[in-house]
Amino acid sequence: MFYMLLRHRDVPDIDQIDVYQKNGGFDGLKKALKMDTADVTNEVKNAGLRGRGGAGFPAGVKWSFMDNNNWPHYVVANADESEPGTFKDREIMESNPFQFLEGIAIASYAVGANDSYIYLRGEFWEVAHLLDEKIEEMEKAGFLGENIQGTDYSLKIYTHLGAGAYICGEETALLESMEGKRGQPRVRPPFPPSQGLYNKPTVVNNVETLTSVPYIITHGADGYRKFGTEKSPGTKIFSLSGNVNKPGNYELPLGTTFRELIFTHGGGIPDGKSIKAIMPAGASSSMVVANDEALDTPLTYEDVPNVGGDLGSASVIVVDDSISLDWLIKKTMDFFHHESCGKCTPCREGSYWMKKLTQRIHNGEGTEEDVTLLKDVATQMQGTTLCALGEFSTMAVVSSIERFPEDFA
Amino acid sequence: MSLAEKYPQEIEKVLAKYPPKHKRSAVMALLYMAMREEGYITKADKADIANILDMTTTEISAIIGFYTLFHDEKAGQYRLQVCTDIGCALRGADQYLAELSEKLNVKPGETTADGLVTLEEVKCLAACDKAPMFQVQSGKGIKYHEEMTVDATLELIEVLRKDAKEAK
Repeated sequence: MFYMLLRHRDVPDIDQIDVYQKNGGFDGLKKALKMDTADVTNEVKNAGLRGRGGAGFPAGVKWSFMDNNNWPHYVVANADESEPGTFKDREIMESNPFQFLEGIAIASYAVGANDSYIYLRGEFWEVAHLLDEKIEEMEKAGFLGENIQGTDYSLKIYTHLGAGAYICGEETALLESMEGKRGQPRVRPPFPPSQGLYNKPTVVNNVETLTSVPYIITHGADGYRKFGTEKSPGTKIFSLSGNVNKPGNYELPLGTTFRELIFTHGGGIPDGKSIKAIMPAGASSSMVVANDEALDTPLTYEDVPNVGGDLGSASVIVVDDSISLDWLIKKTMDFFHHESCGKCTPCREGSYWMKKLTQRIHNGEGTEEDVTLLKDVATQMQGTTLCALGEFSTMAVVSSIERFPEDFA
Repeated sequence: MSLAEKYPQEIEKVLAKYPPKHKRSAVMALLYMAMREEGYITKADKADIANILDMTTTEISAIIGFYTLFHDEKAGQYRLQVCTDIGCALRGADQYLAELSEKLNVKPGETTADGLVTLEEVKCLAACDKAPMFQVQSGKGIKYHEEMTVDATLELIEVLRKDAKEAK
C-alpha cells in the first residue's frame, strides 16, 4: 500500500522533526519558497486536488480567488472534523503533524499570508497542544517564523480551539467562531477568498487537503495525478465505520470501489450478516442501497452520485441487514437537531419537526401520514436553508423513506 | 482573584495570537482558562472576560450557551462524555452507556453522589472506529478513552477518584 498522507504507517517516528526531514520532509516547502507564488498555486490547480472536507472544490482554484487588492491574507486550516463517521484528520495531526503544518506553510506562501490559523474542534484538546509543540520545533528549525530558510517570507501559525459545535466546520461559521462570536454561518457571497477572517481574504482548507500539498509540490502535478482518476486525482483517506469487521482509516487511490474498501480492506460484515446500506459521506449522506451496482462503483466525486450518494468527506458508514433505518434516521435527526445553529428558520424548525417525527415513527407511535409528513418537511427544507447543514439533515431521511419503504411500513 | 491577576502572562500570550483590533477572538481560550479551577465559569469570570475583551457579559453568556464544552453550572469534577452517535451506536454504544449508567447508579446528565463524575451523552467525537468510547472533560482539559468496556471504565473512575483525593 502506498501512503502519501498516512506516512507514519510506513515511517516510524515521522512525528519527530529529524525523522521527518530525513524522509523528504520540508522538501515541498523549500521548493515552493524558490518558486513564484502564482506557480505554486498553478501546480496545485493542475494537480486537480479537490477539497477533502466534503465539498470537493478544487483547492488551487480557491487559492487563485484571493483578492489581491485587500490585505492581509489569511489561511485557516479547518480541523473541526465533526461529521459523524469522520476521523481521518485527527490521525493525520496526531501522527504525521509536520506534513500537515508544511502544507499550511506552502498554502500560506502561495497566497501571501503571514499569519495562519488552525481551527480545531474543542475535543481535540490534546492534538492542539501537540501541534503547538510541533509549531515551536518548526520555528526553531527555521521552517516557520521570521525569514523562513533565509528568504524574506515570514509566517506564524497559531492553533485555535473550538468548543463543541458541528456547525463550525462550515467555513463561514468557523470564521465567525474564530472572531469570538457564536459559530453561525454567514450569508454568501461574499466568499472567504474575498472577505473571510476579519473581513480579509481568507483560504479555508481541510486538514487532509493541506496535507496533500507537500507531495504535489515535491512531485509535481503529474506525479500526483499518477493516483486516482482524471476528475478525482490523488489518494484519499476513507474513514470506514459501522457494521464492518475492521473499521479504521484506509488511504487508497480515489477510484477504489466500495466493495474493495468494505470487503478487502474492511474485512466484510461481522456475525454472518449481509450489507444493507452505505452512508458514503457520514451522517450527511443519502442512504445508498448496497446492491452489486453500488458495491462495484468507484469511490470518486463523479461516480458516487450515480448510485444516489455523494463522496463528501468519504466517511463510509456500513449498515447491515439487522438495522432498521427508522432507527438510523432517528439517530441522524437527533444529531442535526442538536447541531442546528438556529440562525435560519427552515433548519431550526425543520430539524425540530423531523426529530419529533422520526422519534414517533421509531417508537411505533407513528401513522402512515407521519411518514408522508416527515418526507414533506424534509423536501420543503431542501434548497431553502442558509448553509449545507440543513440540506444535509434531509438526505438520509428522504432517501431512506424512498429506497427502504419496508422499514417505515 | 480575577483571571487577569491569576494568569497575566498566559492571557497576554493568547491575545498575541490575534490582531490587536480583534481581541475578542481570544474569548474561547479565556473561557477555557476560567473553567480550569472549578470546571465551570462563574459570574465573576464572565465579568472579567468581558472586561478584558471589551465585550458585554450578555455576549459572553451567549457564547457559553452556544458551545457544548463551555459550562456555567457546577457539575461533577469530571464529565464523562459518552458518544452514542451513529458510528458508535452501530457498535454498541447505547448498550454500553445503559450498562455504565446502571453500574454508576446515575442517568445521563446526573452526577455521582460523591460529586466526582457527571455522566453525559454526547454527539460524534471523531473516533467512530474505536467505539465504545468517551472523553473525560475536567477543568484541566479533555482526554479520549477508546475501545472501552464498562469494567475498564469503572477502573478508570477509581483512578480518577484516587487522584482527586490525593489532590485534596
